[in-house]
Amino acid sequence: MKRRTSRRQFLLAAGGAAAGFGLASVLHVKPARATPAAMQEAIRKVVGPARVNTGKVKLDLPPLVENGNVVPLAVSVESPMTEADHVRAIHVFTEKNPLPDVVSCRLGPRAGRASVATRIRLTDTQTVVAICELSDGSFWSGSADVVVTLAACLEDG
Amino acid sequence: MASALINVPARARRGEIIEVKTLISHPMESGHRRSQLGALIPRDIIRLFVCTYNGTEVFRAELHPAIAANPFIVFSTVATESGTIAFHWTGDNGFSVAESVAITVG
Repeated sequence: MKRRTSRRQFLLAAGGAAAGFGLASVLHVKPARATPAAMQEAIRKVVGPARVNTGKVKLDLPPLVENGNVVPLAVSVESPMTEADHVRAIHVFTEKNPLPDVVSCRLGPRAGRASVATRIRLTDTQTVVAICELSDGSFWSGSADVVVTLAACLEDG
Repeated sequence: MASALINVPARARRGEIIEVKTLISHPMESGHRRSQLGALIPRDIIRLFVCTYNGTEVFRAELHPAIAANPFIVFSTVATESGTIAFHWTGDNGFSVAESVAITVG
């Protein structure tokens, strides 16, 4: 005997399907959001085959940026900055700017403290990544998410 | 002609970590913008900033178009001895500016 789907059954099924779909899209979106290919490529160029660990690097950026033309950025790394253990370089990358590179700094034990600051441009709401190279050859990264209201590169400024 | 502003303490104790702030006027034209006629404005940026302390390089930064106009760079260094801290910015179209400040360490 053929049973007709009741309205209640149909709604339940539809709701379940929608929930499943929603969950699937969230799961799908997450990895795609992480890092676009151009930035990964730029990072690879700097890092080479080495593994990039997460941590040690602190990226200071305002979470909400009114004007993408001038965004204060500060990067600091936990390091004693001695001859034996210091930060060799700090690189900053962006996900959605026309070019992923922002700045590459070289420092050494003479810096005393592993911290640099500058002002950057951001085209879009995106993730900014800082990578540091330690004297033992390891790489560490930190990132910050920024919401940008007025994009750089389009407007004057 | 570009002008640079440098902020370094005039005197410091030996071994003290001092903060160096530099600002230079430069448009940092990214090369991605277009003029009102639609033509691409060619890139004109500062590519490299180098700081030397009595002739020894202590800091170097490679800049890209994503650095805001009038590059402002802050870093730190250890006051080791009295002398001069020199700064050099080089960039597109033969841009080259050098500045130096004196520091007394006691």
